Amino acid sequence: MQTANLLPLVLVLAVVAYGLAYMRSRAVAAPLGGIRNLKALPFYYATRAALWCAIPALLVLAAWAGFEGKVIQGIVIASLPQDVWPESPGEASLILSQISNVAAGKLNPDFVPDYIVGAASVLETMDNQSANFKAALVLLVAVSGAAFAWTRVAPHINARLNVETTLRRIFFVCAALAVLTTAGIVFSVILETIRFFGRVPISDFLFSTSWSPQTALRADQVGSEGAFGVIPLFTGTLLISAIALLVAVPVGLLSAIYLSEYASKRVRSTAKPVLEMLAGIPTVVYGFFAALTVAPFIRDLAEMVGLEASSQSALAAGLVMGIMIVPFVSSLSDDVINAVPQAMRDGSLALGATQSETMKKVIFPAALPGIIGGILLAASRAIGETMIVVMAAGLAANLTANPLESVTTVTVQIATLLVGDQEFDSAKTLSAFALGMLLFIVTLLLNVVALKIVRKYREQYD
Amino acid sequence: MNTMNPAVTSEADMPEETIAPVDEDKPAETLVEEGKTVGDPFSENPKFKLRNVEVFYGQDRAIKNISLDIGRNEVIAFIGPSGCGKSTFLRCLNRMNDSIDICRVKGQLSIDDHDIYDPKRDVVELRARVGMVFQKPNPFPKSIYDNVAYGPRIHGLANRKSDLDEIVENSLRKAGLWDEVKDRLDAVATGMSGGQQQRLCIARAIAVSPEVILMDEPCSALDPIATAKVEELISEMSESYTIVIVTHSMQQAARVSHRTAYFHLGHLVEVNETTKVFTAPEHELTESYITGRFG
Amino acid sequence: MTDQRSQAEIVRNSLKRRYRKERRFRLYGMLAIFIALASLAILFADIISKGHTGFVKTTITLDVTLDSETMYLDDPTDEDQLSMADFVAPIIAALQAHIPEADSAGEKRELGRLIGTYGASEIRDLLKDNPGLLNTTQTMEFLAHDRVSTYVKHADNPRYSVKLSDQQQRWVDQLQAKGVIDTGFNDVLFSRGDSREPANAGILGAIVGSLLTMLVTLAIAFPVGIAAAVYLEEFAPQNRITDFIEVNINNLAAVPSIIFGLLGLAVFIGLFGMPRSVPVVGGMVLALMTLPTIIISGRAAIKSVPPSIREAAEGVGASKMQVVLHHVIPLAMPGMLTGSIIGMAQALGETAPLLLIGMVAFIVDVPSGFLDSATVLPVQIYLWASSSEQGFIELASAGIMVLLTFMITMNALAIWLRKRLERRW
Repeated sequence: MQTANLLPLVLVLAVVAYGLAYMRSRAVAAPLGGIRNLKALPFYYATRAALWCAIPALLVLAAWAGFEGKVIQGIVIASLPQDVWPESPGEASLILSQISNVAAGKLNPDFVPDYIVGAASVLETMDNQSANFKAALVLLVAVSGAAFAWTRVAPHINARLNVETTLRRIFFVCAALAVLTTAGIVFSVILETIRFFGRVPISDFLFSTSWSPQTALRADQVGSEGAFGVIPLFTGTLLISAIALLVAVPVGLLSAIYLSEYASKRVRSTAKPVLEMLAGIPTVVYGFFAALTVAPFIRDLAEMVGLEASSQSALAAGLVMGIMIVPFVSSLSDDVINAVPQAMRDGSLALGATQSETMKKVIFPAALPGIIGGILLAASRAIGETMIVVMAAGLAANLTANPLESVTTVTVQIATLLVGDQEFDSAKTLSAFALGMLLFIVTLLLNVVALKIVRKYREQYD
Repeated sequence: MNTMNPAVTSEADMPEETIAPVDEDKPAETLVEEGKTVGDPFSENPKFKLRNVEVFYGQDRAIKNISLDIGRNEVIAFIGPSGCGKSTFLRCLNRMNDSIDICRVKGQLSIDDHDIYDPKRDVVELRARVGMVFQKPNPFPKSIYDNVAYGPRIHGLANRKSDLDEIVENSLRKAGLWDEVKDRLDAVATGMSGGQQQRLCIARAIAVSPEVILMDEPCSALDPIATAKVEELISEMSESYTIVIVTHSMQQAARVSHRTAYFHLGHLVEVNETTKVFTAPEHELTESYITGRFG
Repeated sequence: MTDQRSQAEIVRNSLKRRYRKERRFRLYGMLAIFIALASLAILFADIISKGHTGFVKTTITLDVTLDSETMYLDDPTDEDQLSMADFVAPIIAALQAHIPEADSAGEKRELGRLIGTYGASEIRDLLKDNPGLLNTTQTMEFLAHDRVSTYVKHADNPRYSVKLSDQQQRWVDQLQAKGVIDTGFNDVLFSRGDSREPANAGILGAIVGSLLTMLVTLAIAFPVGIAAAVYLEEFAPQNRITDFIEVNINNLAAVPSIIFGLLGLAVFIGLFGMPRSVPVVGGMVLALMTLPTIIISGRAAIKSVPPSIREAAEGVGASKMQVVLHHVIPLAMPGMLTGSIIGMAQALGETAPLLLIGMVAFIVDVPSGFLDSATVLPVQIYLWASSSEQGFIELASAGIMVLLTFMITMNALAIWLRKRLERRW
């Protein structure tokens, strides 16, 4: 039976368990003189039964579904004649896809070697057996869980405490999922990164100035897998992010100041949501705008003044990215500026300072740590932004500071290296994970520092 | 002084709301007649001439038809129960109410016969002449020196660094703070004690050489010793400045002021020589208040 | 008081300069707002100007004689004959009826190229389903070839290059004058999946893919997010584990989305062997990405429930869990829903992580289940935008308009919900 069918079945069983336990608890209570003689309401006995029915069964189901694919693949590979055992994971995945295509009837068995056809039939029987075992086991667990709960419907047992403890644990697991996600991220980048550094020395990666992962000519050639120096990617990322911040910081900050200090209520209540709309627009839309409107415009403009601009200039991507993070900067600055106590404003105004003097000389310096924190967060967002640069920046890793030239970024490379068919295990694919790790570390550091600054700043005025 | 109730001093700690709550005291309301002030509200050649002043917060009328003169180099104390409008009234004198959107001020208010609320009137210039000290000390998160130098700098009062140094020193001296801080002028002001912070704020106000200083419960956040120092300072300053002080503490009013104005629910009930107000109040509401029957 | 007088003098003299600065500062602020708002306006204007033609299709309506001789087809039920038959010939013949001047073999071929690539298969499908129509004349509506469509829609737009020969242009003009070539609302866009041919491409596949993906995301992120928010606000003890969880959530909220793609690729696809390009995996990745947003807004909503309610419930002897389930969660629900909708809108517009888990494949069929290969709206837009064929650009813009409509609707729903259900304490 398929996972998709088992899932509702388990839920139905849980509902049945709920109903049965509910009736049972009332039946138990009746001779004692009603449900008030139970330690808990029938609802709790019933809920407990449903939980004991569903949770273990779902866990078993999830574990089985999660690992059956890998286990079956292992068995299928092992069933191959020894002389065709794959030597590398890449080869294994190729053979496996052939086998599964044959099994699924997408590939004519006549076109492949006999051992593949044999393996395909192994795969088919394994799949069927696995599905049957899975269904049997899950249902067994569900029913026995419910049966156990049934025996535990007794007046002296406080089912409410059981239910509440279970719920509390479920809640905890949900919260801990964040930790699990972080662990998953670290795990997923770190393993491949270590394998990558097994092929390309870490010093080459960090300090070499040339990046060309696509230049593998012949697989047996020494050093055929291109150059993996991250510096041009890093400078490209920095160039585009710097342009973005140059746009976003003044525009965001000044609009926050204007809206919080000068604008009338009416202007504020219309301009603010419109500004926030900029933050809600999907990045792919900005990417489209940058690649198809801004970049050609900049190229034509540069041509008019006699400069040469690439049609994938860093300037176009940076400008549009800047517009994208304007609302981010402005809402953070708005929070920070409003956190400065009114007393500071009054103190300055009462001395006869104008509003701008108060802003520039009192509020801004007081809010500076918070604003810097906000800018760091914006920088981390700019560095990690993908779609705009994938669509509007180039692929060539140029080491340049000229905003009219084309540069590439870390995120662009991750996306291009991992989109489409990949050979697992090639340095090219692995390098994407190393880049991901680098990106993760840099943005994490920026965020941690920024959040610390902002928190410290808030505590100062709380 | 025998009429004073010691319990009243604890009032000083209570923050006062500037927005007047309405009719929580109906019987007393009937005792005041709008626009009728007992005592002696007017004087010759006053610094401030305030006539028929009304202040609205949206629909609420916080100040009800008040007329008052404030003389030159006089210390006048505004007293009254919480929410009686005395802070609101004080803030009209340098237009600090401007920053509150829903606040509207009506009536004739003038300083040296110039209309304060003239739309053409420059609020910056007005505030340079009418300084203010707030309830809670509000030094800027800058150094002590920069706090005092802030006003002179923005107004361009000093041409040279040495002039500025002199202004800072003089102001700190006048505020009685110089000896305490002269060795750490670069220290951040927020690290000082509450009393020092408040005297710094006074020094900051003096540094602009204002003609008038408004004080909105300047001692309510301070301990008794710091309060005594600030009160002493106020007495000294009365030689060169007109001072309007809002206070919750009647002892303080009695100690520092020449005249005292008693506010009640947005009305100005009584204005008189301080000694007279505290020994022989003319209005029964004033008497009830200073004898501690309510407040 | 001469000192005070002269000071007042100085102040008055400096005022002009200071007010000039004040005005300049205020002007900068207005300029900043203007730049931001103008960018938004330009963005919208640009997309609408590029995309409105995406909602228009060009059709050619012809009376096609399904003559068995011209098609070399005697028996439409015979698969072999069907695969060998010439279905273009009747179309050309029908076009020739309008343009008699085209009679050389080359001109006929040119004429046939006015019709979209799938015109012939339309006739084949018709005959396959209704063999009785052989040797009858049918009025059929064909999609025009992409080049014809470009010519009809953008003949005077310098951004588009017309790729029709002069002769073809003349024919198209004639056919247009006769009403054979016409334009209408592009229902193809909303009824089909992707295609190599702009005229045949639709976003229905992507919309359904987005819907399926969002359902998975919602099913995971909403309950988990709310449970996590409840735990952190109501049950979490003040200890290191709680601190660690909070730090993790705050940081995850700022991790670049592409990193979540790496996670999906390495863990869901690599480790668990899940299939690529399917809504389940996409939904799971987006759920992990949206969780922090939902948790953070959920916590804010829980915080805003006043303690008095909790105390009242506890006062009548409710357990902590009962207080939470009966009072706190129902009262915080509007805020949680608002946060979740905003999080879902974000997820709907997300592209980068989905690229890595293979949702960029070229998929013609509309997905019918959570385990079918699918793509989503933003990825479809990306695919079209990076296509070299000019007809796809207007489709990409039209797709953006559809996507933005969805997002604006979701955000409006969130605002409406907040206004409607908001409680004032």
